[in-house]
Amino acid sequence: MTASNQDSFHEIKPPLAVDQALAEANRCLNCYDAPCTKACPTHIDVPGFIKKIGTGNLRGSARVIFEANVLGASCARVCPTEVLCEGACVMDDVTWKPIQIGQLQRYATDFAMARGILPFTKSPVKKPGRVAIIGAGPSGLACAAELLRVGHEAVIFDAGEKPGGLNTYGVAEYKMTPAVALAEVAQLQKAGVEIRSGVRVGQHISIAELETQFDAIFVGVGLGRIGKIGLAGENLDGVVDAMDYIAELKIDRAKAETRTRGRRVVVIGGGNTSIDVVTQAQRLGAAEVHLVYRRGPEELPAYAHEVELAKQSGCRFVFLSQPVRVVGNGKVEGLVVQRMRLGAPGPDGRRKPEPVVGEELTLAADLIVPATGQEARLDLLKNLPNVKLDRNRPVVNSDMQTSNPKYFAGGDCVSGGQEVVNAVAEGKRAAAGIVKFLQNRQSTVDGRQFGAEK
Amino acid sequence: MADLKVNLAGIKSPNPFWLASAPPTNTGDQIMRAFDAGWGGAVWKTLGQPIVNVSSRYSTVDMNGQRVMGLNNIELITDRPLEVNFREVAEVKKRYPNNAVIVSLMVESNQQAWHEIVKRAEDAGADGLELNFGCPHGMSERGMGSAVGQVPDYACQITTWVKEVAKTPVIVKLTPNITDVIYPARAAKKGGADAVSLINTINSITGVDLDTFVPRPDVGGKSAHGGYCGPAVKPIALNMLSSIAKDKEVGIPISGIGGISNWRDAAEFILLGATTVQVCTAVMHYGFRIVEDMIDGLSNYLDEKGMRSVNELIGKSLPTISKWEELDLNYKVIANVNQDKCIGCGLCYVACNDGAHQSISAKAREDGRTRVDIIDDTCVGCNLCSLVCPVDNCITMKQIDTGHAPLTWKEYQKNPSAHKHLGPHNAH
Ligand SMILES: Cc1cc2nc3c(=O)[nH]c(=O)nc-3n(C[C@H](O)[C@H](O)[C@H](O)COP(=O)(O)OP(=O)(O)OC[C@H]3O[C@@H](n4cnc5c(N)ncnc54)[C@H](O)[C@@H]3O)c2cc1C
Ligand SMILES: Cc1cc2nc3c(=O)[nH]c(=O)nc-3n(C[C@H](O)[C@H](O)[C@H](O)COP(=O)(O)O)c2cc1C
Ligand code: SF4
Repeated sequence: MTASNQDSFHEIKPPLAVDQALAEANRCLNCYDAPCTKACPTHIDVPGFIKKIGTGNLRGSARVIFEANVLGASCARVCPTEVLCEGACVMDDVTWKPIQIGQLQRYATDFAMARGILPFTKSPVKKPGRVAIIGAGPSGLACAAELLRVGHEAVIFDAGEKPGGLNTYGVAEYKMTPAVALAEVAQLQKAGVEIRSGVRVGQHISIAELETQFDAIFVGVGLGRIGKIGLAGENLDGVVDAMDYIAELKIDRAKAETRTRGRRVVVIGGGNTSIDVVTQAQRLGAAEVHLVYRRGPEELPAYAHEVELAKQSGCRFVFLSQPVRVVGNGKVEGLVVQRMRLGAPGPDGRRKPEPVVGEELTLAADLIVPATGQEARLDLLKNLPNVKLDRNRPVVNSDMQTSNPKYFAGGDCVSGGQEVVNAVAEGKRAAAGIVKFLQNRQSTVDGRQFGAEK
Repeated sequence: MADLKVNLAGIKSPNPFWLASAPPTNTGDQIMRAFDAGWGGAVWKTLGQPIVNVSSRYSTVDMNGQRVMGLNNIELITDRPLEVNFREVAEVKKRYPNNAVIVSLMVESNQQAWHEIVKRAEDAGADGLELNFGCPHGMSERGMGSAVGQVPDYACQITTWVKEVAKTPVIVKLTPNITDVIYPARAAKKGGADAVSLINTINSITGVDLDTFVPRPDVGGKSAHGGYCGPAVKPIALNMLSSIAKDKEVGIPISGIGGISNWRDAAEFILLGATTVQVCTAVMHYGFRIVEDMIDGLSNYLDEKGMRSVNELIGKSLPTISKWEELDLNYKVIANVNQDKCIGCGLCYVACNDGAHQSISAKAREDGRTRVDIIDDTCVGCNLCSLVCPVDNCITMKQIDTGHAPLTWKEYQKNPSAHKHLGPHNAH
């Protein structure tokens, strides 16, 4: 596998053919109170849509998916199904092979995309209350769609040139291309979602202005870049922020390739983002790729299936190594790491790495990509009036409502970084919260209880 | 290794596995390849005045991704000249003297026509004859095939004509498209048949193309009903087979046909009274090679059961088939779930709750799956839960002691009030 896909970003999971989809759909037991449905953060009726594939009712199948998740098409491609729906599948116990739920979901949503079947229908009956949504990532898009279904007006403001958030600029290219992400957004737009791209809230439009124009605000701004990680020499030419590196490869493959081909790449991290960097650097033709991680293989936070992929791509793991400084003369030449060993467990239960004095190692490198955690978008979050933050994240209740009742938030900016499907689930939950909020507000405005009106 | 040799009314065969009269026995070349693969005998594709076929001809019933659960055809009898067929019969017999070659026949209902074709078949070297009174499509419109098999008097008459001249054993092949297969079977016996074979295909329309609105198979925008066979028809064949095998008046050997795909199916037919079995669809699906496992599997099975010959198996299950009214009302089983094996799919719960007797309780397990428990008091022991359970041996039916002596419906009926424990129960 290694040699043949060095420079190829072909889809890791190609779409199912008709016969494959039918065979797989028919393998599904159609569980009662299905565990896969519970395991899906958006609670898609999984057996429901799969059985419809089995009967050839693809339109109905896609409808079942979209009812729970308007981003069903991208989720089908990017969800870590191994730890979500498929991880819960009872067939794992029977045949050791869970139903390929993600692939079947893709089969149905591909059909919908190809036929122009829209993911939701805007309510023909308008409800009072306009909502501003900051961020056209998965959380913002899902929130907007759910509000439109109910009849509220929603406008998304997004700083990016193109909508989609990390669906467009972040997820690994071999899972989903920007073209697919954008096609999905286009379907949502066709169904009525309004997006103002290239508008950064706080810069092109002020928060105060939003407050005057809208009755509620959803904040789905995600996270920012990796930022500085406090390493000597990290300003040297050849140190590239993981988020910039990934975005570049998704927007301008040729440029990313020039930067990478034949180079020695060292990635710093251990989470899923760092894995995405190494697998893609490998595919861009890097001469060699090392992943430097402070702790041991057992402690790697990235999913096992992602780590396996990195190994298959040819990445070398440098465990128990703490980066100390970047060396080079104007340009990066190497990364010096401090050897670590695992000491006593820390407060989080994980064994704490501690330096092995005197043991340093230099990894020769032309390109160093820090891929540790992303920074919070404090420039915006800090300026939200009366919105309480905890560890740089807005504090929310179960309705995703912040300490300022007019403000709701969800997605990565609240969770600190999860999956697309979690962002969708939270956008949806926030929409339900906003609907409730607007109803209550309306009933006080009208001086009568909501529900009395027809 | 157990002895698989059989003898059906004088027709000897190295094993009970025969090809049914159908496309796999169209030509001598095919039959010789089948014999090389291990088939014990073959019933030649029905011979008669050559016909003209239509195109297309077959359609199937597919279930959950499994193809050809049932096969439907509108093909007629042989479309090759009689001389060619008979020349090939002679050739096959010469090269494979130990295999059984039975020639299937169908001509118009005319004594002379039957006499003639019987003689030609026997002159060619047939070990036996099979009279096709079963084909339910096309030929029946011309007064042949099932048009004969459906009227016991006709069946008897033609069998009599054949027996007037036949020197080899005569098998009458019966149609299932009747109300009670016993009557044509008795008629065949009365006409002098040496054996019967069953079933031929069942009248069918397998489905309709939802885009063209034409049922399958489509012959230029039209279709006609066909004959149905394959795995789906096995239960119907087994029932008809056993009813003839149990009938005292018929009392002649039987060649079983209908949905046989492997040695297990074959063993079931033999247990219910078949001496040989015939196969068509499974060979059309997978080829002659399937006979290897049929022979291997059957002989291993016989060895395991300590039987030295397949003949010991013939009809062995017949005594266990009784009338409903002779079953014991006081015998009782209830379902039992092996929680260690349970995967928590909840299928038994919905099945019993919606489709049976509301005798399974369900609650969410800690891992998000469903925990089921049988409610012993109301379980009627219908088997449904164990049938839908996807895990082998997870739900089993356990006999419980009712403390009551065996009781048949006939006995019960004499004084129902003496057996209050049997109900009727209040709805729960
Ligand atoms: C490298 C990488 C790979 C990933 N791979 C996967 C994967 O394979 N599968 C998976 O399920 N998840 C993956 N994720 C996680 C997933 O992408 C996120 O969980 C998800 O996109 C979060 O959605 P969101 O709506 O919260 O934010 P985002 O997708 O980050 O979207 C936020 C949006 O807000 C906009 N914005 C920010 N500030 C402003 C402002 N001031 N004004 C207006 N707009 C603003 C941004 O332009 C952006 O469009 C990955 C994440 C990363 C970083
Ligand atoms: C395409 C086709 C053609 C057939 N032609 C004949 C025939 O010519 N004569 C006959 O007696 N039975 C004919 N049959 C019936 C088979 O011999 C057999 O009785 C029937 O298919 C049931 O067996 P199976 O379930 O193993 O297929 C035909 C069946 C098929 C599928
Ligand atoms: S045997 Fe029938 S009645 Fe008893 S629990 Fe199972 S399904 Fe219900």
